[in-house]
Amino acid sequence: MVLEKMEMFLDNLQPMDLMRSEKMSFVQLIIPAESAHRAISYLGELGLLQFRDLNADKSPFQRTFVNQVKRCGEMSRKLRFFKDQINKAGLLSSAHPVIEPDVELEELEIQLGEHENELIEMNSNSEKLQQSYNELLEFKMVLQKAVGFLVSSNSHAVAEETELNENVYSNDDYGETTSLLEQELRSVPSNQSGLRFISGIIPRSKVVRFERMLFRATRGNMLFNQAPADEEIMDPVSTEMVEKTVFVVFFSGEQARTKILKICEAFGANCYPVPEDVTKQRQITREVLSRLSELEATLDAGIRHRNKALASIGYQLTKWMNMVKREKAVYDTLNMLNFDVTKKCLVGEGWCPSFAKAQIQETLQRATFDSNSQVGIIFHVMDALESPPTYFRTNRFTNAFQEIVDAYGVARYEEANPAVYTVVTFPFLFAVMFGDWGHGICLLMGALILIARESKLSSQKLGSFMEMLFGGRYVLLLMALFSIYCGLIYNEFFSVPFHIFGGSAYKCRDTTCSDAHIAGLMKYRDPYPFGVDPSWRGSRSELPFLNSLKMKMSILLGVAQMNLGIILSYFNARFFGNSLDIRYQFVPQIIFLNCLFGYLSLLIIIKWCSGSQADLYHVMIYMFLSPTDDLGENQLFWGQRPLQILLLLLALIAVPWMLLPKPFILKKLHTERFQGRTYGILGTSEMDLDMEPGSARSHHDDFNFSEVFVHQMIHSIEFVLGAVSNTASYLRLWALSLAHSELSTVFYEKVLLLAWGYDNIIIRLVGLAVFAFATAFILLMMETLSAFLHALRLHWVEFQNKFYHGDGYKFKPFSFASITEDDD
Amino acid sequence: MYGFEALTFNIHGGYLEAIVRGHRSGLLTAADYNNLCQCETLDDIKMHLTATEYGPYLQNEPSPLHTTTIVEKCTLKLVDEYKHMLCQATEPLSIFLEYCTYGHMIDNVVLIVTGTLHERDVQELLEKCHPLGMFDSIATLAVAQNMRELYRLVLVDTPLAPYFSECITSEDLDDMNIEIMRNTLYKAYLEDFYRFCQKLGGATAEIMSDLLAFEADRRAVNITINSIGTELTRDDRRKLYSNFGLLYPYGHEELAVCEDLDQVRGVMEKYPPYQSIFSRLSYGESQLLDKAFYEEEVKRLCLSFEQQFHYAVFFAYMRLREQEIRNLMWISECVAQNQKSRVHDSVVFIF
Repeated sequence: MVLEKMEMFLDNLQPMDLMRSEKMSFVQLIIPAESAHRAISYLGELGLLQFRDLNADKSPFQRTFVNQVKRCGEMSRKLRFFKDQINKAGLLSSAHPVIEPDVELEELEIQLGEHENELIEMNSNSEKLQQSYNELLEFKMVLQKAVGFLVSSNSHAVAEETELNENVYSNDDYGETTSLLEQELRSVPSNQSGLRFISGIIPRSKVVRFERMLFRATRGNMLFNQAPADEEIMDPVSTEMVEKTVFVVFFSGEQARTKILKICEAFGANCYPVPEDVTKQRQITREVLSRLSELEATLDAGIRHRNKALASIGYQLTKWMNMVKREKAVYDTLNMLNFDVTKKCLVGEGWCPSFAKAQIQETLQRATFDSNSQVGIIFHVMDALESPPTYFRTNRFTNAFQEIVDAYGVARYEEANPAVYTVVTFPFLFAVMFGDWGHGICLLMGALILIARESKLSSQKLGSFMEMLFGGRYVLLLMALFSIYCGLIYNEFFSVPFHIFGGSAYKCRDTTCSDAHIAGLMKYRDPYPFGVDPSWRGSRSELPFLNSLKMKMSILLGVAQMNLGIILSYFNARFFGNSLDIRYQFVPQIIFLNCLFGYLSLLIIIKWCSGSQADLYHVMIYMFLSPTDDLGENQLFWGQRPLQILLLLLALIAVPWMLLPKPFILKKLHTERFQGRTYGILGTSEMDLDMEPGSARSHHDDFNFSEVFVHQMIHSIEFVLGAVSNTASYLRLWALSLAHSELSTVFYEKVLLLAWGYDNIIIRLVGLAVFAFATAFILLMMETLSAFLHALRLHWVEFQNKFYHGDGYKFKPFSFASITEDDD
Repeated sequence: MYGFEALTFNIHGGYLEAIVRGHRSGLLTAADYNNLCQCETLDDIKMHLTATEYGPYLQNEPSPLHTTTIVEKCTLKLVDEYKHMLCQATEPLSIFLEYCTYGHMIDNVVLIVTGTLHERDVQELLEKCHPLGMFDSIATLAVAQNMRELYRLVLVDTPLAPYFSECITSEDLDDMNIEIMRNTLYKAYLEDFYRFCQKLGGATAEIMSDLLAFEADRRAVNITINSIGTELTRDDRRKLYSNFGLLYPYGHEELAVCEDLDQVRGVMEKYPPYQSIFSRLSYGESQLLDKAFYEEEVKRLCLSFEQQFHYAVFFAYMRLREQEIRNLMWISECVAQNQKSRVHDSVVFIF
């Protein structure tokens, strides 16, 4: 009677958004070719339809709209080129969009082509100019430096050193070598053929190798002079500034000359002739300088012109980029459609949420109307063999929690969604491990800052770490709130207890409090109203008391959460109409868990309420070892022994119950269905081809008993062993919370209090700094992370393995919003 | 310490081995080749390649594409990967990686020297050089008139210097001399590489000696076939064979006296590993020999990935990538010249 009422109640429950994924429909679109493009782009704006690729067997260039896709690719290449150019020119591509009428794609293509040609022309012009400018500049430097080598020879007319000495000097100081030069120069002005020189300029990084090569090629019969150039010269290709060195090589002989010239060429050294005559030199220098200044002016004008052109492109660059990206997405989607037999219509298939059908229909009508098409777009629902995608409508708040669940696996279509419960249980379990209201307030501030600056932060690009933090800001908020709550229960504020809810229930036996650690305190009034009594702090029995409390609490929380998981498996089975799972999986599972650990939880509660001294370990262990023995002083309530025997028997029965019946019943059903026919249905090869990998299609007709049985066996064993190990796993709640409180105690007592004990401002400040750093980095960051990970594990493994399949696939609608997001 | 590489290999080589295996899984698959072979224009090829790991290298190329651009960009990817690995590598592995490029270095030297002999422009020649075999003073090669100068001016600075000791003559450079120089250098290089790998020991030595022996034997066969009907004497020919490999020494004796292709075939069929290569060819046919050798090589290179904790994977990966680039070049050429029927002639699939 009660059951029936429950069923009635459950059946009449309103479906809730996040409990199960949205109902999806498999739809077919038949779009006349003339309105196809518009229809698809409207659908992209709507973003509620996921297209199926009907041409998966075709390679990309065999598809219908390959040319358009290529054109879009070409256009985006041009746009990238513009962007690159703009960045190189150091202009900022202004983000403020200029309102201009939408341009057609064809127009845009032409426009882009023009811009590109213009730019390339300007670039090549300015490159030419730059090159001649560079040449002149280099020439100027060579003149200045090389003339220095040559001219100095005249001024130092008398240098009476031996050649040997000068050779020694020449290695380390080129200023000295000039005197060697001048000797030689003086000796040869009459016979021109004897000693000649080549002057030029070479990148500084190559000088040493260049000199060595020259030395080898001429067998040492040369003299190499070098001086660093004053200015850096821009490399026209990489547009980087290169340091260069001016050199002058003196040699003799025609053969050496060709060799040296070849080497110069090979090393990329530019040679410039420097006349020996001083007046000529002056004249050329003047010429070069005047031409340089001319060129500089031209170059500047060119660059200004180019920058203007780039700036005008830059205004619209973002808009164009988005547009091209959208167009490309539209054509990519169109490529997924099939032409029908008449070649006049495109046929598309896809998934949409059932609630969106009206919207899509309306959009399609608008598209038909806007493109003046005679024929409307046909939109109808079809049957699908593969399982639909999973789609949850989330908001800013629930999204992060859904992500936590999805990271483990995307829910099967219409499966119970653990994210609903995760919203509360996740931050709570986190807080159990992170219970400290001081730390909780710090976390809360961080979360509030993130939330307060939400609108600003969401628009800008963040680093990967900040992005993660920002994405989980609401998780962080709840975690902080629950930490404060749990911290109040543990009565810890940076590990210091406070008398917030009135005075302690304990006091010392005498006024001196000398025996507080030996004899303990005395209880003199009602228990502390909320949380842990502050007097436990620092007492002899602090640890045993808190450990016992936290350990038991962990088990209670764990058993509760695991029961929730099993109950969800009931709702799953009910929803999918699988009574077999309810009877032979859910019922024995819940019996098994509750007979063992449910009973333990009961004992814990009774012990807490009655204040009994019974040893629960003993009770649990001897419940298995000798269930018929007398419990003695460990008896908590009347009739405990027969109850234990009953529970034990139930648990023992539950094991074969979940193991055996299900596979045999499945086998029976299977043989009944085919009524002893030995022939199976011929698998149509067509159907097999459609099968998408990963889609959970439920028409496996061949039934393999041994496989099913082994599967069931694995499941049962896993559950039975898991019941024990998962319960033990929840003890991590205790362990981590203990670690957290001990760690913060250490930092408080051994760092802050210790430093405060000295009467020295510096030591105090240092102590404060160390304490602050330790709190911020170790307790707030690392402990948060570790508690987060442990809470994550408890949800993924201990909670979700009871009911969650997680083998679905996500609904990825074709939407412009997601396309513009995931660039850069 | 054969068999104990697993203990210590990952200290220095683990990261790079993971990298190289990752690169290897980025090689084009048979499905990719099938799609590429169906392409109608070079743009189609570009479009297909942008969906593969070559994407970032090709996507910024303006549309009228040339085969050379495709090959250049694909090679650039290999070079980038190689440089990255070389930067990360520590002592024995970095030397090993450098050894892998010496072959290209020899080819580049020969290319430049031959080019200057025929009075080609140096810059043009430099563009044709394989980027893996570049060294600093390569452009200066054009200055040299004979081998002695070649050595003294340029090559003494390069790692090729020790290999040169056998071929320094004062003779002027001509085509024949250069070809002999190339083979002598290659012989010295292979032997040196072989010794180096033996010194490394372990699985590296085992696998590399197999791969290098195959390389040496292939070169021996190619030298023999190419020198049939030239003025190269038997003794000179014998000298060009590397002193290791499956054919060493008895096979070399026999190869040295071969006068036509069928005699070579007769010699080679005595060696079981090469029997299958030659049995596929009909008599008197040598064009397909290259492809058959390449296929065998690819098979062996792929097999080297089956073992872990050795350096041969780096060698194998680079060879495989080069083969892939050759394939791409062939396919693009065929597509560009509308010779699609010949596409399959020279493509060696990598599995």
